Amino acid sequence: MNRTKGDEEEYWNSSKFKAFTFDDEDDELSQLKESKRAVNSLRDFVDDDDDDDDLERVSWSGEPVGSISWSIKETAGNSGSSHEGREQLKSRNSFSSYAQLPKPTSTYSLSSFFRGRTRPGSFQSLSDALSDTSAKSYAPELGRPKGEYRDYSNDWSPSDTVRRLRKGKVCSLERFRSLQDKLQLLEEAVSMHDGNVITAVLIFLKRTLSKEILFRELEVRQVALRHLIHFLKEIGDQKLLLDLFRFLDRTEELALSHYREHLNIRDPDKRKEFLKTCIGLPFSAEDSAHIQDHYTLLERQIIIEANDRHLESAGQTEIFRKHPRKASILNMPLVTTLFYSCFYHYTEAEGTFSSPINLKKTFKIPDKQYVLTALAARAKLRAWNDVDALFTTKNWLGYTKKRAPIGFHRVVEILHKNNAPVQILQEYVNLVEDVDTKLNLATKFKCHDVVIDTCRDLKDRQQLLAYRSKVDKGSAEEEKIDALLSSSQIRWKN
Amino acid sequence: MAFPHRPDAPELPDFSMLKRLARDQLIYLLEQLPGKKDLFIEADLMSPLDRIANVSILKQHEVDKLYKVENKPALSSSEQLCFLVRPRIKNMRYIASLVNADKLAGRTRKYKVIFSPQKFYACEMVLEEEGIYGDVSCDEWAFSLLPLDVDLLSMELPEFFRDYFLEGDQRWINTVAQALHLLSTLYGPFPNCYGIGRCAKMAYELWRNLEEEEDGETKGRRPEIGHIFLLDRDVDFVTALCSQVVYEGLVDDTFRIKCGSVDFGPEVTSSDKSLKVLLNAEDKVFNEIRNEHFSNVFGFLSQKARNLQAQYDRRRGMDIKQMKNFVSQELKGLKQEHRLLSLHIGACESIMKKKTKQDFQELIKTEHALLEGFNIRESTSYIEEHIDQQVSPIESLRLMCLLSITENGDARCSLDTHYGPEHLLTFSNLRRAGLLTEQAPGDTLTAVESKVSKLVTDKAAGKITDAFSSLAKRSNFRAISKKLNLIPRVDGEYDLKVPRDMAYVFSGAYVPLSCRIIEQVLERRSWQGLDEVVRLLNCSDFAFTDMTKEDKASSESLRLILVVFLGGCTFSEISALRFLGREKGYRFIFLTTAVTNSARLMEAMSEVKA
Repeated sequence: MNRTKGDEEEYWNSSKFKAFTFDDEDDELSQLKESKRAVNSLRDFVDDDDDDDDLERVSWSGEPVGSISWSIKETAGNSGSSHEGREQLKSRNSFSSYAQLPKPTSTYSLSSFFRGRTRPGSFQSLSDALSDTSAKSYAPELGRPKGEYRDYSNDWSPSDTVRRLRKGKVCSLERFRSLQDKLQLLEEAVSMHDGNVITAVLIFLKRTLSKEILFRELEVRQVALRHLIHFLKEIGDQKLLLDLFRFLDRTEELALSHYREHLNIRDPDKRKEFLKTCIGLPFSAEDSAHIQDHYTLLERQIIIEANDRHLESAGQTEIFRKHPRKASILNMPLVTTLFYSCFYHYTEAEGTFSSPINLKKTFKIPDKQYVLTALAARAKLRAWNDVDALFTTKNWLGYTKKRAPIGFHRVVEILHKNNAPVQILQEYVNLVEDVDTKLNLATKFKCHDVVIDTCRDLKDRQQLLAYRSKVDKGSAEEEKIDALLSSSQIRWKN
Repeated sequence: MAFPHRPDAPELPDFSMLKRLARDQLIYLLEQLPGKKDLFIEADLMSPLDRIANVSILKQHEVDKLYKVENKPALSSSEQLCFLVRPRIKNMRYIASLVNADKLAGRTRKYKVIFSPQKFYACEMVLEEEGIYGDVSCDEWAFSLLPLDVDLLSMELPEFFRDYFLEGDQRWINTVAQALHLLSTLYGPFPNCYGIGRCAKMAYELWRNLEEEEDGETKGRRPEIGHIFLLDRDVDFVTALCSQVVYEGLVDDTFRIKCGSVDFGPEVTSSDKSLKVLLNAEDKVFNEIRNEHFSNVFGFLSQKARNLQAQYDRRRGMDIKQMKNFVSQELKGLKQEHRLLSLHIGACESIMKKKTKQDFQELIKTEHALLEGFNIRESTSYIEEHIDQQVSPIESLRLMCLLSITENGDARCSLDTHYGPEHLLTFSNLRRAGLLTEQAPGDTLTAVESKVSKLVTDKAAGKITDAFSSLAKRSNFRAISKKLNLIPRVDGEYDLKVPRDMAYVFSGAYVPLSCRIIEQVLERRSWQGLDEVVRLLNCSDFAFTDMTKEDKASSESLRLILVVFLGGCTFSEISALRFLGREKGYRFIFLTTAVTNSARLMEAMSEVKA
């Protein structure tokens, strides 16, 4: 540490934590950086003795050897390799050779949790553990695994049957043959609250009752009904599920459930055809419009994709050569599609499927959204003229005027994100109406001229003076500030 | 910094026993299949398993190779295959495809499926349908309580949330009841029980049933934990939807803590590799900052760095003997502290960078405005802009849900346009789970009610219940907030360094509803006087108390409280209750179906392909 003692005192003591904000990046981060530097400067000293000694390990590491996830990665990484590789793998994974693996830089493993009772290589045996803990009398279920044992007795009452089912015992339900018995069984299951048992009974009912009767009885038993619906979803019995919704007259769920299937269709053309079948379904009015849009969008995307893939592989189109496509446009959301078309097809006439204007019209994209997206796309391509045109409007007298539906402060931020040069940024910062916002943005993005001019217009000498320290020494900006400060023309307010 | 516990605070019970128990059971199950075998493990079980066993233990019990359960043909050449899985249909289909492929090839092997934490009949049904029932043997590994920390037990069942709160499937209730039963066997009965929520009530009843059936096991034991409090996640969605600002919560939101450990990438470790870091009370540095508001963390770390520097500096001017002492006694501790310190500084730096970039300040401001219920129009337009800018779909969904619940209206914007039309399905899910509420202000409600009552016929009974249940999901957040005083009145600046209430976990703007309910009930030892709140929470039938006159309970045990979150709890809630504990001389123990946060809640609601 090169700091003098006084320096350091001052640094640590001048606590900067007033009200906390995440915006105070400079302050907070610099303090963090300082701490980090302090800590890092110790590293030489710390790291010079070897790390393999058996000092107590910090309880963390990157993928510790010996952890289960590590081991599985090893198996996966090696599988499919040559025979030799597999031999190697075998010996690697066998217990005996384990100890020969290189030591990890640091280890956290199970053993460290039971420190004191385990040395590496000697793990507690089962009997150890049992005698060890026998001070407390428990060991529930240990030693008698459930599930294996069966009971063929036929005399269990519904409530006994349900209780046995809950314990995981196999229990025949075949003797519940009358509808009344079946329903009583179901009601017992429901009143016990165990969903697993409810489902078990439902599986039995589904097998032994006609679906009309089953549906009818479940309609007045909502808890059981929900279990059946979830069960059908899980095992993927779409047909019965749709029948059920139809029976219950839950038209919207029926429609959504049908629509959901499109997620499982990969082929874009098949998916499109499937979506077409969804269009007439009884969705809510709002959803219907979305389904229609979904279909239209995919239809468009298929056309655009075929066309652009062809253009790209032909290698004749400049934009595709300069900016090869990163992914297919298929199944992308609408806004992504709009961005794509603003990027690759900006100048196309409205008549083509891929033109941004056409997309905007077809899908009724709001002006704000359109401008945001187009701006981002054109700024990414550094097409500043297009950006300019996006905000230029002509009034009826032929005068041009700048207007941004999203507010120029947003425009500036987006331009900055896309690394626009200062001249461009400056132009748009100047268009921000609110003076404070303008000054803030100009300062943030180092648009010196804007800051200086604004201070001058505000006649704020103090602020200008303060800003002088932020510009480079001997720069044109500094000269400009000095000229202003010494000017007798201005009546400063402070 | 890092407030100490009151001297009279009770000691926590030792939960490491649960780990040993789970491990022994697993070993027992592995020994049921003698001889060499390959083990297929479900991805979701790997991290929990890592916390209680390691490869050497598995090897000792003749596990030869380890594979992940994934949809690929198995390359295993072993004569015995063992599958360690969650009880899921897709796992059964995978196993069936392996077994049937073997059959087709005329190969015979032994197969064993170990379900954790229990098997479901639906799984057995699939095995039967696929014609392999009887070819595979089934077992259960009742590993449902993983101690992630000294005061935190996780069931590691994130699917609980979707299964119960979206699908209405009660399959995990028995698992919860079994877990509670195990705890009472190990740590004695709970003399005072409280709960709120439909699921809480069912779990409680099933648990009571279990205790009665296996009567005697807990009798005569001294209770170690005096209170148990069960709470459904849907009683308080708001808290879980907020951005977290205490350190541990922020680390979870930013890097995702998984099963008690986090992967810090190169941007944090300032090297070229990632580190897997265990975050718990054993990490001395972390333990002191985990519950702190993020703004205090920098100061603390700076102070620590300075102390560390001073301690290292002492070695200048030491003679040989002193140096020897220093190296043998202190260096080890200093080195460890140094590593931890640089790691957490790196994490803070990375969090700051990310949060500054995403304009966190504005976001927090909007959230606070929503919680307090002012500037609604401004907040709405902020959220719209957020959506327009395509920041992140999950984040936008979260804000919409927050707006909808706090304002009690449907805040659906044109998200479909932006994030793909599949969101139609997500919206439908959010509405069913009550995360997006229907727009049904006063008059409309009565109108709907009268309309419904005209429909009453036997046939329509089901439909009506449904209609009512969706109406019942109306959130009354504003009224509840008033009743429980969730928005602290602050004169001047809220001092986050010296928090005065649980609101500090949200920068002093909001006391987490869930924690406030717990606080109020513990104070009263009942729900008395909270009727109105309970009614507003739509829980009139699901708030319960059950006290047994327990003379044997020591005063110490009566200050230990087990809080059970059904559907997940957040680190912010944990921090808030730890704070409450320190104030009142309690200690809280947390049992959750999984640790959650806003992003996980939203992801659980999205629809992906089967």
